[in-house]
This record gives sequence, C-alpha cells and structure tokens, in this order.
Amino acid sequence: MLLELQDVKVAYGRIEALHGISLHVNEGEIVALIGANGAGKTTTMRAISGLRPLSGGKIIFNGEDISRLRADLRVVRGLCQAPEGRQIFPGMTVLENLDMGAYTRRDKAGIAADLARVYDLFPRLKERAKQAAGTLSGGEQQMLAIGRALMARPKVLLLDEPSMGLAPMLIRQIFEIITEISQQGTTILVVEQNAQQALSRAHRAYVLETGRIVKEGTGNDLLHDPAVREAYLGVA
Amino acid sequence: MTTHPETSTPTVGTPRHAATAEPAEGNVLRRLNQRRRDAQAAVRQRWQGLPKWQRVIAVLAFVVFLYYLPWLGYLPGGAPPRNPVANIQIPPFHLLRTDLGAGGSPWAAVLFTCALYVMVAIGLNVVIGLAGLLDLGYIGFFAVGAYSVAIFGSVDSPVVQALQERFGLSQNWAVGWALCIPIAIVLTSVSGVILGWPTLRLRGDYLAIVTLGFGEIIRIAARNLNGQSGPNITNGPRGISAIPGPEGPPSPDNQIFGLVDAKPWYWLALTLVILMVLGVRRLEHSRVGRSWLAIREDEDAAAVMGVHGFKFKLWAFAIGAVLGGTSGFLFASRYAYIDPNQFDLQLSILFVAMVVIGGSGNMVGVSVGAILLVYLPERFRDLDEWRMLYFGLAMVLIMILRPQGLIPSRRRARELADRAEEVSGGRHRRAEEATINA
Repeated sequence: MLLELQDVKVAYGRIEALHGISLHVNEGEIVALIGANGAGKTTTMRAISGLRPLSGGKIIFNGEDISRLRADLRVVRGLCQAPEGRQIFPGMTVLENLDMGAYTRRDKAGIAADLARVYDLFPRLKERAKQAAGTLSGGEQQMLAIGRALMARPKVLLLDEPSMGLAPMLIRQIFEIITEISQQGTTILVVEQNAQQALSRAHRAYVLETGRIVKEGTGNDLLHDPAVREAYLGVA
Repeated sequence: MTTHPETSTPTVGTPRHAATAEPAEGNVLRRLNQRRRDAQAAVRQRWQGLPKWQRVIAVLAFVVFLYYLPWLGYLPGGAPPRNPVANIQIPPFHLLRTDLGAGGSPWAAVLFTCALYVMVAIGLNVVIGLAGLLDLGYIGFFAVGAYSVAIFGSVDSPVVQALQERFGLSQNWAVGWALCIPIAIVLTSVSGVILGWPTLRLRGDYLAIVTLGFGEIIRIAARNLNGQSGPNITNGPRGISAIPGPEGPPSPDNQIFGLVDAKPWYWLALTLVILMVLGVRRLEHSRVGRSWLAIREDEDAAAVMGVHGFKFKLWAFAIGAVLGGTSGFLFASRYAYIDPNQFDLQLSILFVAMVVIGGSGNMVGVSVGAILLVYLPERFRDLDEWRMLYFGLAMVLIMILRPQGLIPSRRRARELADRAEEVSGGRHRRAEEATINA
C-alpha cells in the first residue's frame, strides 16, 4: 500500500466535514473517489496534500505517518497535487508554471526529460510555453495543472476534479491522458464528479457521501451498481 | 490570429440607442489603452533588440545624469550664486527645480528626500510587490532603523549616557556611525521576524490590520520609553538630537556631510538606491524571488508545489525590514534629530501609496510613485494647503483608471486581470443560475 487513510476526520471549526474516512491506494493503481457536490471530495484532497489539518485519524504514505507533516514536505516525499480548477499561477508563463512543478528537484537532466514528457502528453502546452498562464482556456489550464504536478515526478499524483468546467470531448481526452500517465508508472488518486469517466478508467473506486465512504469496489463493479448508476450516472 | 478581441468595435452602427453611450466610451478608453500597450511593446522590443554594450552605455548615462541632478538646469560646479561660471541656465530644465520661487525648498534637499523615499518604496516593494503581503506598518521598521543610529550613536541618547556612566567613558563617547550600521541591520531584521512570526499566518486584510498596529506600537513605545512611563531609552517626545552622520556627530566643522548642503547626502542616498536596485533585482530572479512570486499568485498552489510559504514570507519581512531600516537610518543621520511624531500613521500610508500608485512589483514603477509623491507637492508649494485633497483625488483616480498602478509589472497586471475575471465570471454564473431558477 502506497497511500493509506485511516479513519481521517477533518473539521471546519465545529462542523465536521469528514467523519472518518478510510481508503487506500496501491502502487500503480488509478483510484477514483466519486461523490456529489459537498460530499467532502476536495476536503479529502486537501487533507492528503496537507492544506487542511486533520482533527482525527492518520495518513500513511510509503510506510510513514505523514498526518502532521507540512504540505511542502509532503511534496518532497513524492505526493503531488494538481489542484482543482484555476489554481495555476496566472501571471507566470506556461513554462514558468511547469518549472514551479519541479521546485523541489535539483536534477537538471531529469527535469528536462520530464518537461519533454509533459510536452509530449500535452502538445498544446508546448505551443503556448511563453504565454501567460492566466490567458489560457479552461481546458489548457487543467492540462497545465496536471503537467505541473507531473514535473514534481510524484509517486502518487493527486488529481482534484480534472474534468471541472470542461467540454465532454475534452473530458474524454483528459482521462485518456490520465490513463497514459498511469501506464507510464505513476500511481493516481483522482477525485471526480464525472463518475462515468472516472469509474470506467479507475481500477478501484470509492463513493463518498456527506463525509463518509458509503461504497467501494472495482471501477467496473461500481459502474454497474444500480444505486451508483441512479445517484451518479443519471440512469434509473 | 493577431486581431485582438478588445479592438473589435461591435457597438458602432448598431441601433441599440440606450446602450450605445457607455460601450462607445469604453471603446475609446480601450482603444487608447491598446495603442499605449502597442507603443510600450514596441519600445520594449526596440530596447531588447539593441546590442548589449549600447544598453549598458544607456544605463550608465542615465546613472551619470542622476548624479548630475543637483545642478539641473545649470552647468555642474555649483548652483548660483556661488559659482558664476556655472551660472548659465539650460532652459527649460531649470523650470523643474523647486528653489526658484520665493519660499521654495532647496533643490538638493528635495532630491535627497526623493532618493530616501525611493529607498523606502523599493524596500516596501519587496514585501507588497514581490511577496504580496500588505504591510501598512512599514513605518515601524523605518523608525527602528532611525532609532538604532540615534540610540547608539548620539551623545544625547539616554542609552549612551548610561553606558558612559557605567564604564567611566568620556562625555563625548558614543558608538561610531559605521558601527551603528550592523546594529541597525540586526535590530531591524529581528523586528521584522518578531512582527512576522506570529502574524504571517494571517492573510490579506487581517495581516494589513495587524501590521498597521505594529507601526503604531513602535511610535507609541518610542514616545513612552521616556524614563517616566518606562525605562528611558528614547527620551520620549523630546526626541534625540546630535545624531551622527558619516563624518561623526553634527558640527560646523564637517566638510562634506553637513546640515546645509544636501548634495553629498543626495549622492549617498542615490548610491544606496542603486545598490538596493541591483540587490533586489538579483533576489527577484533567484529561487527566493520565484518562491515569493508563487506565494503571491496562489499560496495553496505554491504549498502543493513544495514551497515553504511561511519561511519565505518571513524572509520577505526581514529583508523588507532591513531595507526600510536603512532608509530610516539615513533619515536620522541627515537631519541629526528625530522624535516619535515623525513616524506617524500618515507617513506609513504615504509609503503604501507610493507603491500602489507607482505600480507594485515593478521597481521603476514604485520609484516613480515615490518621486511623484515627494516632488509634486514640493514643486507646487503654492497649492500646499490643498495637498491632502489632491492626494486623495489622485488615489481615487488611480484606483478607478489604473488599479495596477502607473507603471505596473506585467505579471501583476495579469494577476489582477485574472482575479477580476474570476469575480465577474462568478457573477455571470450566478446571474445565469438566477435566470434558470426563475
């Protein structure tokens, strides 16, 4: 097990948003966490990346308890998040954004190789390398966020709502790339509202409802689970 | 591909009577803005296209010009009437001087003040412009720097007097001016860390309010450490006099750094400004500068890239504090006397205004902001009574017309546009939802 959450609780003031979540991610897997708005998906992500302190439970990464570790040190350990939506650096160019992804690294050759790999995955970013990131379209910004996270060469890549605000065709494209990244050897935990895409791409998945995990199984199982289909796929 | 969406003029000729007035006006502004941007880009391209040696010569010529400024409008060698040979006017430059009309301030003194405030602006720009921390109490560091040289370098200081008594030193003994510099650096950086450590966990407006308090605390502490309401360190409201300069304590025998001729002081300040500009430029392009940029643009995103936000914010505070302290140090040395009321809130607000009006994040911008806010009131002394009115008016106009400042950094302009887009985007979305619900 590369990443494990044990009974993780997170509270905003006196309101508890996560009531004890347990999940795990094995090496090489794509694991999806699906749920509706306000289920606690983003909170879970922020807890894992260290932006939100835990009020209970533990996060184990690579055999080490990182529950109290600072966010920036978690990146050094190999846990990197592509935050949701527009959380790129708008005033930096695309290339400068990607460079920020490699902030914790010093191996110039490795960074250059990873940059080539990111450009390979997202040729669009190469075309726009010198452009200010804030002027990119929503889809391009999403690609940039993923590419930037890849530049850290993470052991586990955390993706927060990669499909948010994208056209259906772009969503398919993004998920194809996610599969490709996984095949190149990066473990992925993806949080998604678009259950159809997430479940069909994921090895395993969890369903989150109002701060609790209510179901887990392989992506395929959940895709055909009648309750999940009704709640998240809009099929009765 | 090259047609800019902003330059298209869809409203021209459309029959929407009610709506035409405003968009048309907006279009004029936009077109002007676009033309200005094109011109700027052209100038920048031209500049970058020059061979390196030509650029170096241009910069050097500009620096020489800055050193020549005290004689502006005349040949170098001294202003009239001391040097009749040099008493040849070079119109129209002499019109820029402030000392021509009756009651005008000495020109070199105004230049010194300009250079001093440019130092402040460059230091504050590290905190506000580079790291994105709104510090309204920068005056506090300025005061700490000023009091460092006063408390340790002046024979009038209670601390020096106590030391004289304790160790049986002569009445003329005080810590040397040069030795006061490292003391000031240590004290200001420590005060930066002391202010930063507990407060940098706060963000945005909250940080601004706490720092505002810090500036006031320093001033009030300086007033109260007078021997009655506390130990005597600062002489309280009476102030400390006889503060030394590079030539030692103020005296009529001083050849260069005297009280009357401000030219050497201006040259000293200008030299410090140049050193600061070079230093901050290096910093800006280093790993530290990159971290500041990331924190400023998105603190959370920076954290998940591995940037230790707190550490770098503390660095910004400490470096900003030292630069502000240096300016305060020079201020105290030049005037040889300080008291707590010189470090009031109004000056603190002026500091922030210099950065905001000039264009935070851009050293040229903040310098221009500082110079304008010092020079204009001096040049147009006749309108002095209206100063605060014009000042407020200028601030309001800047906020409406150019919220990014007169000469903004391109990045900052982009960030602001991005934020505005986010806000208006949210508004559109809410409007859409409202119509759907209705």
